[in-house]
Amino acid sequence: MNEPQAALDRSDSRVRHDEGIGGAVRGFIDRVRSGDLGVLPVILGLILIATVFWSLNPVFLAPNNLANLLFDAAAVGCISLGVVCVLMLGEIDLSVGSMSGLASAILGVIWVKAGLPPALAILVALASGAFMGFVYATLLNRFGMPSFVSTLAGLLAMLGLQLYLLGSTGSINLPYSSALVRFGQIHVMPAWFSYMTAILPGALILLLGLDRMRRRRAVQLSNPGGLSVLLAKAAILTAVLLVAVYYLNQGRGIPWMFGLFVLLVVLMDYALTRTQWGRAMFAVGGNREAARRSGINVSRIRISAFMLCSSLAALGGILAASRLASSSQQAGTGDVNLNAIAAAVIGGTSLFGGRGSAWSALLGILVIQSISNGLTLLNLSSSLRYMITGAVLAIAVIVDSLARQSRASHGRA
Amino acid sequence: MAENESSREPILKLRGVSKQFGAVQALEDIELDVFAGEVVALVGDNGAGKSTLVKILAGVHQPTSGSIQFMNRPVALDSPGKALEMGIATVFQDLSLCENLDVVANLFLGHELSPWRLDEVQMEVRAWTLLRELAARIPSVREPVASLSGGQRQTVAIARSLLLDPRIIMLDEPTAALGVAQTAEVLNLIERVRDRGLGVILISHNMEDVRAVADRIVVLRLGRNNGIFTPESSNAELVAAITGATENSVSRRQARKLEPTGA
Ligand SMILES: Nc1ncnc2c1ncn2[C@@H]1O[C@H](COP(=O)(O)OP(=O)(O)OP(=O)(O)O)[C@@H](O)[C@H]1O
Ligand SMILES: [Mg+2]
Repeated sequence: MNEPQAALDRSDSRVRHDEGIGGAVRGFIDRVRSGDLGVLPVILGLILIATVFWSLNPVFLAPNNLANLLFDAAAVGCISLGVVCVLMLGEIDLSVGSMSGLASAILGVIWVKAGLPPALAILVALASGAFMGFVYATLLNRFGMPSFVSTLAGLLAMLGLQLYLLGSTGSINLPYSSALVRFGQIHVMPAWFSYMTAILPGALILLLGLDRMRRRRAVQLSNPGGLSVLLAKAAILTAVLLVAVYYLNQGRGIPWMFGLFVLLVVLMDYALTRTQWGRAMFAVGGNREAARRSGINVSRIRISAFMLCSSLAALGGILAASRLASSSQQAGTGDVNLNAIAAAVIGGTSLFGGRGSAWSALLGILVIQSISNGLTLLNLSSSLRYMITGAVLAIAVIVDSLARQSRASHGRA
Repeated sequence: MAENESSREPILKLRGVSKQFGAVQALEDIELDVFAGEVVALVGDNGAGKSTLVKILAGVHQPTSGSIQFMNRPVALDSPGKALEMGIATVFQDLSLCENLDVVANLFLGHELSPWRLDEVQMEVRAWTLLRELAARIPSVREPVASLSGGQRQTVAIARSLLLDPRIIMLDEPTAALGVAQTAEVLNLIERVRDRGLGVILISHNMEDVRAVADRIVVLRLGRNNGIFTPESSNAELVAAITGATENSVSRRQARKLEPTGA
């Protein structure tokens, strides 16, 4: 890349400026060494998990099994996406499991028991999620009640409400022929559509990247990496996605439900990285007082994060109910809660606040779901599944803490 | 003491401002006037209440009692956002930066360009332009603030206060961590800002810097007003007002220096 004149951001001679693909690779290695690991550990972990399970039972990587895995991942993935929001602020929501269970109970009661339209039932379930989030945020804002206490109380209260709503029968079956259940069990994308969506991200990266380069050149800012890195990124991403989609289409195909989850992840990623709200989320998580002094309304940011979290948990509950075709007393209990939180952390969102990404929900849930799916294939009981998931979570938190220390010593807090 | 500019109204007028932190009376009955196009230096020993006063004006703390007039209107500065909106910008002593965000994000925090689709390119250009004006030596505006040196962070905090075209800017020890060239640049900047008609409140322990740019020097001692001076006042006078006595460790030290040793 030859600049017509010294770029605005290239005046300091002490800084090594990485150009081209070689530079991009060198910059990446530097970042990793200083503890800015990004998604690297998760990707490596996924590959490791896939290799181990595939060698133990090749069915693990069969297209139909992977499609099943994606069906199963969507519900808890949605819940985990909400957890990312509260973790970003350095808060926690321990009641996401109960919230999802309550939402599925509300769905069953309003739709099947009361015979009202399912759309209304979904709306009420989502609204109850938003309401709970508002309550948690208000308890924190008004009374300084730590979120892990208020959400623990919420966990119990909502579990009670779920049992009460479902009554003595204990579970409500959802009609198999309904669109919602078919969405959760059967519907997959048509092949042509899945190929189009596989091409879209690469194309977007290329177009937006070119536009960004043009605008930066116009104001005399340098373009680190330049065209070559952009092309390489877009090409690799497109190739990976096309192969994945082709492979999945050899079996049942890609579930719409998983598509919905990925769409939510993309929207959340945009909101977190490209909007003023997202900046405020990172700022409040990084240094709450500094954020307040910059004129950010910290209370409102908290309200938005907790409301998003509980609403996404409710949505996850609805998806889980449609997957199982029932609202039961078991919905949202057991490991749902911890899996959702663990997924966000395993995916790379820091428990300490101020660091993370929407993608961590996607990557983390793939890890957890792969473990659970693989162990089921090996006919191993859930006891082992819990232990292994627990160990993976512990490793993820250790990696997070170590990376944090390393970042601190490399000045990248 | 100080000359009174009775011809003009001050843009900022404090009367009887007090602040209590539990048992600590941090400020008591403070009076302060700031005129447009004037640099007011706020001096006093550690714990005198300077930062507390600045935080009250920045909307960070609420005064226990007293009245604040800004642009001839009584105002309630009940949140930092409100103070910023009115045009009161602050460089805090602790800088108040978000270490996990990069320089551009910190500069524009809370006031990003195009909130629904952040204009990173324009923000980066504004950032570089502002930092150049301050002769800042910052390697990259895309690194997290955690990777900057103390002085670089201070420059970022100063640049941020200028971003919103304030009417008053308050600098709480802005040059404490700066190098020679950067300190001179900040003093120049203070003069430029004053000449543009802004009011400046400068807190500093460096009497040389204070004398160089201040039009008036307001002394706080143990949370109370303790006199208003001009840059022409003698050092002894100032030190006496700051420490509260003519006989003190500073004057004794100076006297020792003047005496020929061992005589
Ligand atoms: N948030 C707080 N809570 C309790 N007491 C406080 C608080 N902030 C300040 N104080 C007290 O108020 C007094 C004045 O503090 P302040 O920070 O205003 O001093 P200062 O003049 O800025 O000193 P320095 O020159 O050291 O910066 C001190 O006694 C301090 O202990
Ligand atoms: Mg102070």
